[in-house]
Parts: sequence; C-alpha cells; structure tokens
Amino acid sequence: MATVQDLPQVRGVKNIPMEELYSSGHRTCQGCESALVMRLMIKAAGPRTIVLGSTGCMYVANTTYYSTPWVVPWMHTQLGSSGSAATGTAAGLASMMRKGKMQQEPINVIAFCGDGGGMDMGLSAISGALQHDEYNLLILCYDNESYANTDIQASGGTPWGANTTFSPPGKETRIMNTRWKKNMAPMLAVGHPNVRYVATACGSYGLDFNNKIRRALTIGGPTFIHSIDPCPKGWDYDPKYSHELGMLSIETGIWVQYEIIDGELTLNGPSRAIAKGIRKRKPVEDYLMRQGRFAHFTPEDIKYFQNRVDESWEKWWLPGVIPISSAQGE
Amino acid sequence: MATVQTKLFQESTEELISGSEAVGIACALADVDVITAYPIRPYDTVMQYVARLKADGAFDCDFIVAESEHSQFEIVKHASAVGARTFSGSSGVGWFYAFEALTVTAGLRMPVVAMVGNRALDDPGAFGVEHNDALAVRDLGWMLYWVATAQEALDTALLAWRVAEDPRILLPFALSCDGSFLTHSQAIVQVPSQDQVKRFLPDYHRGTLQLHPDNPITIAPQVNEDWLMEIRRQTDDAMRRTSDVIIEAYEEFKEEFGRGDPSPFIEEYMCEDAEIILVGMGTLAMPTRVAVRRMREAGKKVGFLRVKFFRPFATEELQKALGGAKAVAVIDRDYSYGSPSYGGVLFHELRSTLYPLDERPLMLNFIAGLGGREVMVRDVNEIVETTQKAIDTGKIDQVTSWVAVRE
Repeated sequence: MATVQDLPQVRGVKNIPMEELYSSGHRTCQGCESALVMRLMIKAAGPRTIVLGSTGCMYVANTTYYSTPWVVPWMHTQLGSSGSAATGTAAGLASMMRKGKMQQEPINVIAFCGDGGGMDMGLSAISGALQHDEYNLLILCYDNESYANTDIQASGGTPWGANTTFSPPGKETRIMNTRWKKNMAPMLAVGHPNVRYVATACGSYGLDFNNKIRRALTIGGPTFIHSIDPCPKGWDYDPKYSHELGMLSIETGIWVQYEIIDGELTLNGPSRAIAKGIRKRKPVEDYLMRQGRFAHFTPEDIKYFQNRVDESWEKWWLPGVIPISSAQGE
Repeated sequence: MATVQTKLFQESTEELISGSEAVGIACALADVDVITAYPIRPYDTVMQYVARLKADGAFDCDFIVAESEHSQFEIVKHASAVGARTFSGSSGVGWFYAFEALTVTAGLRMPVVAMVGNRALDDPGAFGVEHNDALAVRDLGWMLYWVATAQEALDTALLAWRVAEDPRILLPFALSCDGSFLTHSQAIVQVPSQDQVKRFLPDYHRGTLQLHPDNPITIAPQVNEDWLMEIRRQTDDAMRRTSDVIIEAYEEFKEEFGRGDPSPFIEEYMCEDAEIILVGMGTLAMPTRVAVRRMREAGKKVGFLRVKFFRPFATEELQKALGGAKAVAVIDRDYSYGSPSYGGVLFHELRSTLYPLDERPLMLNFIAGLGGREVMVRDVNEIVETTQKAIDTGKIDQVTSWVAVRE
C-alpha cells in the first residue's frame, strides 16, 4: 500500500486543479488572504483529505452552522491543538488500517492554526506532533500577525511596533509591542531534525503554494508550512492590496520564502534572487507605510526596523533564516 | 513475544495485579487502538503497564507519549472522531491541565475512556488520594465511576467502552481509582479471555458521525445562540439514556463473566434495617465495611452504601436506599470551599437527592482522608458516634465535621 497519495508537482498555474473543495459558505472579510490560503491548500491536497482547524478566524469566519465551505471532512480543534489534532487523526487512521478495522488508503491529514494558536499556545503540541515520524501529517500555520478573530490582539507573530488592540500607540508609549516576531519555521526545522519538510509560503504565489503543500503531503512523516497572510482588517489597508502586500513582505526581505527538504535549505522566488544578489531588497518603509498598523512609526522606528532586517540578511549564518553568526567570524 | 501475556488472553486466568495493571489488561482485552500517555503519579502506572504490554507484543495499539496532558486528551479525542477505540488518563493537576480537552470531548460526544488515578490537587504537593480532581468534570457530560477493587477496575473498564461507545450514548467515561490504595495495591483478579470480552464488547462504529473522506461532514462549527441550547439538550438526552444502557450492559456482563453486584450504580453493605447509613466512594469502603461489621456484631444498626456511579447519579435508587434511615453520614474524600454548609461534593448531591422525600433522614457530612490520609476504623467509629448523638438529641450541632484533623 502506498502510504502517501500521488500528488505530482504542478508546472504552470493553469495546471492547478480546477476542483474547488473550499467553496462558498464562508464569511471571511473582503481581501482575506487566509481564505485564499485555505482554498489553495485543499485544491493541492484533493478530496481524500481530512482537515482539522484550530480556533481562530479560519474557524469562526468559515464554519457557521449550516453553511460550511468545506467539501472535505473538517473538524474543529482547540486553539492550541493543531499538533495534537493532526497526531490523533493520523494515529486513529493508522491504527485502524493496520488492524484491519478500516480499509487501507493514504488519507491526507492537515491541521491548520493561526499565528496565535500555532506560534503561541500551540507551539508545544506542534513540537510534539513533529516528533512522531510514523504519522504522515501537515501542520499549516496561516499567519496574519495577530489574534485576528478576537479583535486584533498582539501575538508572538505580530511585528515589532505594530498597532494592535493590545499594543495601541498612546500618549506616553508609542511602541507597545516590543517583541520581535518569532522565527517559527526555522525554530521547528532546527528543533526537529527528523522532520523531512519545513517551508514558508505566501498566497501571492499560488503555484509555489500548491507545490509546497503537495511536497509536504507526499514526502512522508510530519511536516510544517508557515504562510504569511496579509489581513486588511488587522493590518489596516484597502483590501485590494492584499496580494501586493504579500509580495512586498518578501521583496523587502522581511518575509523569506524557502523550503527545507531533508535538512537542505532552498530559497525560492524573490528571496532567492535577493540572496544571490540578483535583486536588491526594497526598503522596509515601502511595506510598512502602506499599512495603518505602522502609521505611528517615526523615522527612527522605520530605521530600527530596517536595521533589524538588514542584520538578518548580512549577519545571520543562514541569511534571513537562522539568526546565529559565528563568534570567530567564520 | 510475551508468551505469558498471550496465554493470559487466550483463556481466563487468575492474576495477582494492581488496580492500574487491571485497567492496562482491560485495554489489551478491549483491543484499544490509540492510547496516550504522560507521566504523573499515581495514574501513570497504568501507562507503564500498557507500554510493557505493547513492547512485549501482547497487543497492538498506537501508544503515543504526548508532550502534555492537554495533548494527551486532544489526541484521543481526534482519534475517536475517525472511529478508533481510545484510552487515556491522568491524575490531580494533570487532569486539570487537560481540562479544556476534557470539556470538548464530552461536547463533541467522543466516547473516550479515561482512568483518573485520584490525587490531591496542588499546591502544596501531595501524591495521595482526593476526589476533587475527577469530580471537577461532573457538570460536563462525562460518566464518572469510582471503583473500590482491582477486579472492579478491570470489569468497569470493559463496561466503560461498552456503554460509552453505544450509539445511543457516545459520551466519555472516567474511571476513578483512588491513588495508591487502588492504583498501587495488588489483589487477586479474575482476568477473562479475549473471546469472552469480544462477546461482551462489540466494535466501535460511529456510523454517520465518523470523520472520513467517504463521509465528508463538518464537526463542531460555530453555532452560537441559534443552536447551542438544542445541542446541550441532545447531550442531556444522551446522559439521561445512560442509566438504561448501563443496566442492560451490566446484566449482560454478569451473565458473561459470572460476577457483579445487584446494582451497577450503588453497593449496599448491611444497609437493611440500618438506622445509620454511612455513604462514601472508592477505597474507603474497606475500613468502613470493617467498622460496620464490628458494630453490627455489637448490635448496632449501621450500614454502608458505596456510590459507584457519580454520573449518572442514581437519584431514585439512592432515595429508596437511604430514605428509610434515621440518619445519613456522608464521608467525602473531597471538599468544596465556600459551598452550602461548607461541605463536600458528594454530601451536596445526596442532600439534594433526599430533599424531595416526605420524611428526610438527618444528614451529616464528614471530610476525611484528604491528601491520601488513611481513613481508620476508629475514624468511622467516631463518625457513627457523632451521628448517633444527632439522632438521640434530634438536632445537628454541626453539619460538616473534619475527621482526624489536627486543630
């Protein structure tokens, strides 16, 4: 029995499956990139897939009783439980198939979580899931950089200085969110050496997104994808710019696109061109000043942000990925 | 391969095992598919035993060492959703760490069976038994049972899957075992054969509720005020059906295995014509029975009633069993701070149960054995003396008394 499905890499955007498995019935905001991520994700995975969704806007906005957009089997899981939901589902299927209680068949198991559920509360359970090599599963973190379902509160994925309802710029304190965004995908890749596939992604690059999902589902064992999702409501911009902002996050070098396959890192898209020196990074100001959440930034704040991003490309051991440099300067 | 264990399940045998080991053997006999473990004393002895059984090839299951109790219970909840038979467990604050998962397990109607090795809640730390841990789920839709012996632990575990997975029920079942006194104490246990268990315990089928690509349903969407009351009502209906299903299963159990009490819900010891009936749960049955027997020998009309099922609570049966007594003395191995009369949880449930009776017995509450402190025969004697005084004077000086506590 094949343990994974036959999901070949797709060449050319026209070859992405036409079938819609995330359909009408949701009530996400106009310009919601996370909704696009859900659609791309399940298009790539196909109908023989079980999706587990942890609490967040992709739960609450998607699945109102009587109007589910999910054509595939879908189940809610708790805010911090994407890792354990994937493990439990995969384990139940594996055990029953092995013991002859269920017909043998490779069924994709995907659990998604937002940045709050994944990078904060669910970190422990995701780490646990990534240790179980015997289960094929994918955890997809759709990162819109705040607890967007509960009124835009700061999470561990919120950028430094961003205006959220938990970090509003005030008369006394301008920068309330003093935390630098967690470097999630490398943290998981470095911390779980048995995991065969970790990637970052962005819905602005649909073909790339499709192929990353497929690679994650076919390589075997637990895998992780971290996607950056512009959020008109939380980031405060006109919904028509979602795609453009996704691209800008990469072109400024703030977000880095890559795959780590069996421990080997490959940058892709604009990130690859930046690393090779083919393309110059755009100033972070071009990205930050397009969003209301950074409207209170002073030139010093922008400079600080720019310096931190420059540092990640110029001083890090793996530019943009691993925030370590050699003390010997090697 | 472990020849001992394989032989163990081919035919019924007699084994000297602990309560935890008895539940571990029940997992093998029930052919559980997914089991999740995380260490905390004293329940974890069951998982050590399950790990040993799996390592020796005695049975096939996915045994997952989770990274927290929360994940432990989330994993089995999701395994149950795709149709796998599941088992997990915890103790004390570990059970509380899983609390979010425990409430959704019942809300989603997942028939997870869990063993709670009852343990005092931190802080300050104590390994010993207290019932407040398991009791905390009493309002959530879990069936709750307190066992008194290793034999009862094995038997009730089998009953647990049978009732929990019944399509009329689909509710989780917590099997409470007193820490140390039961989890770690060995006794002779009749272990049935796998064939016997197969006859008693059918396979788990979720039917149209199974999460599978052949049955693409959406589970647990956001319902809000539009539907939540109706869904709560459905869970309530399921809980109301448990009594009949338990009786049905218990009668079949007795027929198949040739052992069991008259009632699955309560155990009465020398309660006939008793003027004072002591009530308690779990292993405090042992010293209490000894004390009652001695008092009976001395001509005192005392009995002991053990509550086995706390959920569902056997309201009518308890009214009948206790209504004729002059006084009921409830021994709680738990406590509810600031509650009515500053009493224990079992006491409150029983006082509420007996309130509708035309003639109510006097009701006294005794808090005993907290943190694993042993309840002695002399403590039971003292409880009876205090209760007798209330009967003699016709009034209760103090509703709740703490037993054997340093003042």
